[in-house]
Amino acid sequence: MQLTFVEGLPVASVTFNHVYKRYGSTIVVKDLNISIKDKEFLVFVGPSGCGKSTSLRMLAGLEEISDGEILIGDRVVNNVAPKDRDVAMVFQSYALYPHMTVYDNMAFGLKLRKTPKQIIDERVQEAAKNLGIAHLLERRPRQLSGGQRQRVAVGRAIVREPSVFLMDEPLSNLDAKLRVEARSFISKLHQRLETTFIYVTHDQVEAMTMGTRICVLSAGELQQIDSPFNLYHNPRNVFVAGFIGSPSMNFFDAIVREVDSHLMVDTGVFQLQIPTERSAIYRSHVGKPVILGIRPEDIHDMDYEPPGIVPSKIEANVDVIEQMGNEMIIYLEEGEKNFIARTDPRTRARIGGRMGLTINMDNMHLFDKTTELSLAYEDKQQKSHAPV
Amino acid sequence: MTDLATPPKTYTPTPVRSRFALGNRERNLITKVIAYLVLILGAIVMIVPFFWMVSTSLKDSTSIFILPPEWIPLQPTLKNYEEAWDVAMLPRGFVNSTFIAVTSTIGEVFASMLAGFAFARMRFPGRNALFGILLVTMMIPGVVMLVPSFILFTQLGWVNTWSPLIIPVLFGTPFAVFLSRQYFATLPADLEDAAKVDGANYFQTFLFVFLPLARPIMATLFVLGFIARWNDFIGPLIYLRSTELYPIPLLLARLNSLYEQNWTLLMAGATLALLPILFLFFLLQRYFVESVALTGIKG
Repeated sequence: MQLTFVEGLPVASVTFNHVYKRYGSTIVVKDLNISIKDKEFLVFVGPSGCGKSTSLRMLAGLEEISDGEILIGDRVVNNVAPKDRDVAMVFQSYALYPHMTVYDNMAFGLKLRKTPKQIIDERVQEAAKNLGIAHLLERRPRQLSGGQRQRVAVGRAIVREPSVFLMDEPLSNLDAKLRVEARSFISKLHQRLETTFIYVTHDQVEAMTMGTRICVLSAGELQQIDSPFNLYHNPRNVFVAGFIGSPSMNFFDAIVREVDSHLMVDTGVFQLQIPTERSAIYRSHVGKPVILGIRPEDIHDMDYEPPGIVPSKIEANVDVIEQMGNEMIIYLEEGEKNFIARTDPRTRARIGGRMGLTINMDNMHLFDKTTELSLAYEDKQQKSHAPV
Repeated sequence: MTDLATPPKTYTPTPVRSRFALGNRERNLITKVIAYLVLILGAIVMIVPFFWMVSTSLKDSTSIFILPPEWIPLQPTLKNYEEAWDVAMLPRGFVNSTFIAVTSTIGEVFASMLAGFAFARMRFPGRNALFGILLVTMMIPGVVMLVPSFILFTQLGWVNTWSPLIIPVLFGTPFAVFLSRQYFATLPADLEDAAKVDGANYFQTFLFVFLPLARPIMATLFVLGFIARWNDFIGPLIYLRSTELYPIPLLLARLNSLYEQNWTLLMAGATLALLPILFLFFLLQRYFVESVALTGIKG
């Protein structure tokens, strides 16, 4: 394995090469190709059953790989036992050994590797100090709170000084407040340890806030792998567009039409003009069915439309209003089509009333109706100079 | 004008109840009384023979058949204990019984735990079929196997040695395997995965993670196995011929000859034989309780 050493920690890249996982005739992971760079924080995200945990477990060596190969560094690890893969894992349930003290829980992996006692002690003490659990070393897991257990589980992984950290939904058993704290704590940990992190979650907020790159999976297939910014602003297909962002993107079945040399998107209820500078890409789709995607924050109250956009005005019925203080979530309905807007909190909408809206068409997305792929994906990807 | 400060009176209907209907409290009380009566009855059935044994062991042989019976001997004596100790060769018996019971039970528990772990935690072809066969063997009455095993052990040359009493058990017993498998199956799979990632092989996972968690089951199995071995009469009776190899039950049986029933000596010997079991039970009792405390790992 080709390793470079940064502050005593070996760092390694990880590669998934046409990886499949089958249980009988069910395919859980399908032709997964990912290359994860040194020191990267990669997040696997997707709805439950999408194969994200299975992929992580294959990397850890806890599941067999049905086909393809997984490399850590430049070593194929398909037939390498978990203990020889130089990975450490934090489990959703933490999986602390109930009969051992916190100290023994953290030292267990090192003891098995016959690490000298003095080194074990140094590493455990240091990790415990950094994690703020030094005063808990003599306790047993059942005497700890959820947050403390989570830190012990992380500590157990840290002392091993692995080349790859694997985390399988480590925050999902914490309450909302602790989860926010733990998120930044894990991000900081990644910066300090400077090693590869692979993190599985179903929570897109965790994915967006922590990952340097995010890998979106659905039904065992890779949908898109990109930086949080690109994933949000240039989703490759309808699934990614709908999965990332909350409330999710609004979708409308539509047809592209050309009217007076302008391109229009016609949903049947609204006719919206495509900005001239974006027309070129869509011209070949005139007359074809497409899916129009508009994020809730690109639908504004007419009275509070931001300056500098190409406005497209529509009207709709107001169904439900959620006042969040900093913003307002409005559930709208027009022509039996429901959609959501996220507007200025000062918006004076009434439930059951009509409301004038402005759509920012600069940020709209068009997807092919049959393949569900974004029509502008390649083009945007080339122009993208977004921060990664 | 209504006074705004006082809230309007609300009507709460008083529940109408027959004079003979029972409330929840009365019903609970009756259930409790019945439960305690049953338990007390059970306790009497358990304790009386035990008490009678101890009482008899403290009497002299003339006063045991007095009517009405003397529950508490008027002139208690320890003479029977001294006599039984010597006549029945109990010192020898204690050594023999302890050796047989301890070695076989330790082996039995460890082997059964190993097998239970494998059945619960390892995936191998034919696992369920094998486990089914194991359960079926539990349903075969012991007496059916008596003659075949005797023939087998005769051919092995094990007759008049402790081998037939110890060695077969060292490979585990179906009930113990069953019990430990059921317990290991309830422990979370994440524990096993965590140990694997931490660098443990199957045996280390068993030894350092699963076995310590199974202490309550081990204690239970040890007590049950020890009692069964300690009290075993038929096994030693069939295989052992030399008196110096006899465990306690056989030695006590020798006190009863064809023409004479040495009740007082027998009861004194039986009381003595009971002491190690009592001691073991009190020693391991806390593990039975602990089994309840070991709940989950999430919490």
